[in-house]
Amino acid sequence: MKNSPRAISRITQPLKNFAQRFAYVGLVVAAFGLMMLGKVDALLVERFRAQVTDAVAPILDALSRPIATVTEFIEQGQELVALREENTRLRGEVVRLLQWQTVARQLDAENQLLRGMLNYVPDPEASYISARVIADTGGAFVHSLILNAGVRDGVRKGQAAVTGEGLVGRIAGVGTRSSRLLLITDLNSRIPVLVEPARTRAILAGDNSDRPRLIHLPQGATVSPGDRVVTSGHGGVFPAGLPIGVVAAVSDSGIAVKPFVERNKIEYVRVIDFGLTGILENPPSARPDTPAGRANGGRARTGWP
Amino acid sequence: MTGSFWHRLDLTARRSTPAALTVLLVLINALPLHVPGMARVVPVLPLMAIYHWAVFRPELMPTYVVFLIGVLHDALWGTPLGVSALVFLAIQGAVAAQRRFLAGKTFTIVWLGFVLVAAGAAVLAWILVSLFHFAIVDARAALVQYLMTVGTFPLISGVFLRWQRSLLQTE
Repeated sequence: MKNSPRAISRITQPLKNFAQRFAYVGLVVAAFGLMMLGKVDALLVERFRAQVTDAVAPILDALSRPIATVTEFIEQGQELVALREENTRLRGEVVRLLQWQTVARQLDAENQLLRGMLNYVPDPEASYISARVIADTGGAFVHSLILNAGVRDGVRKGQAAVTGEGLVGRIAGVGTRSSRLLLITDLNSRIPVLVEPARTRAILAGDNSDRPRLIHLPQGATVSPGDRVVTSGHGGVFPAGLPIGVVAAVSDSGIAVKPFVERNKIEYVRVIDFGLTGILENPPSARPDTPAGRANGGRARTGWP
Repeated sequence: MTGSFWHRLDLTARRSTPAALTVLLVLINALPLHVPGMARVVPVLPLMAIYHWAVFRPELMPTYVVFLIGVLHDALWGTPLGVSALVFLAIQGAVAAQRRFLAGKTFTIVWLGFVLVAAGAAVLAWILVSLFHFAIVDARAALVQYLMTVGTFPLISGVFLRWQRSLLQTE
């Protein structure tokens, strides 16, 4: 029998097809396996994610710079156009804030006095780590940012990240030089909050929309649109009193909160190093992606010094 | 004819560009654009690349490369690991099954094919993410994201077609 190339290919072609199909099915199974692994060992997947993010962080850092420059340029142009109106608005604001300043000074003095009388233990001093946003990721299903600061800069998992306006989110994973910031709007975000002015306790739960919702309110609590929402500090993960947003709407489907921070405007964030580990490192069996979720009970201030 | 060492190196370099470009798209996809509301509905760029190469030059996009790009995409985006990998593999499989129909058709037909395939991909991603979280995830953003992806396809695919003609046809 002559081994012509055609005869060989007649034998090898089905084999090759079979091998290809086998590889395809194998990879599909592997993808399912990865999803299962993510469910079973979230920490392992998180570490892998951090390593991948670390590896591409310098590229993202470099690529995101020109975009930031262009954005800045456009913003400057817009500001120039609105300069007069802005000026009038700010003058009014200054007058209003001066009154507030007087009030704040009085309250501060009074507060100092009362603290002295009560031997009040002050909150630990917080230090800040500034980081640049190098990626805005997740599309429709995840709300997270990637920062160009990691373990070497002092960023730890669970720390709160803020901008001048208020709370942005919490560090969900850290690599050596990059970290992932889970926004308060993400499905996995649960933050213990207080609703002013009655200081009603609640949990702010993200649902992948722009407006996170308040859940687990105490019976009979009333919340109305315009109420400010701040972190409560329960669970010892976040410092207390960080502004988050205002109640935007109260309806049958829930209480929607409009965050102060606009996602698209975040260029830099400050990560707060509060010296607390709180509940994040206490129960090792706790689900790592919703640490604050189980913090509303009586176990407040677990990790306080 | 195998040619010299340099010729083969050149060929390998050219042939690896589709995968390299797709990886680049994954990275570009993650960049902060600072456009209001954009982050949630930003078009899924690698999706288009996977489809494009599966239609025009499937031999340049081996299955394992598609899988790895999917894993990279998941790792970077924060979606459950394996979701994008599975979606990308499904796209490649779907195109491979319909290749005889898509081969040699006009660009409009290829685009229409993408409209269907991307719809399937969006639904699959939504189902997988919902299953992963044991919750019904809000699908409105995913719908807008799908429309954005379908709308951007001619742009990305056009660039790839040019790339294909200038760099890959000289083999």
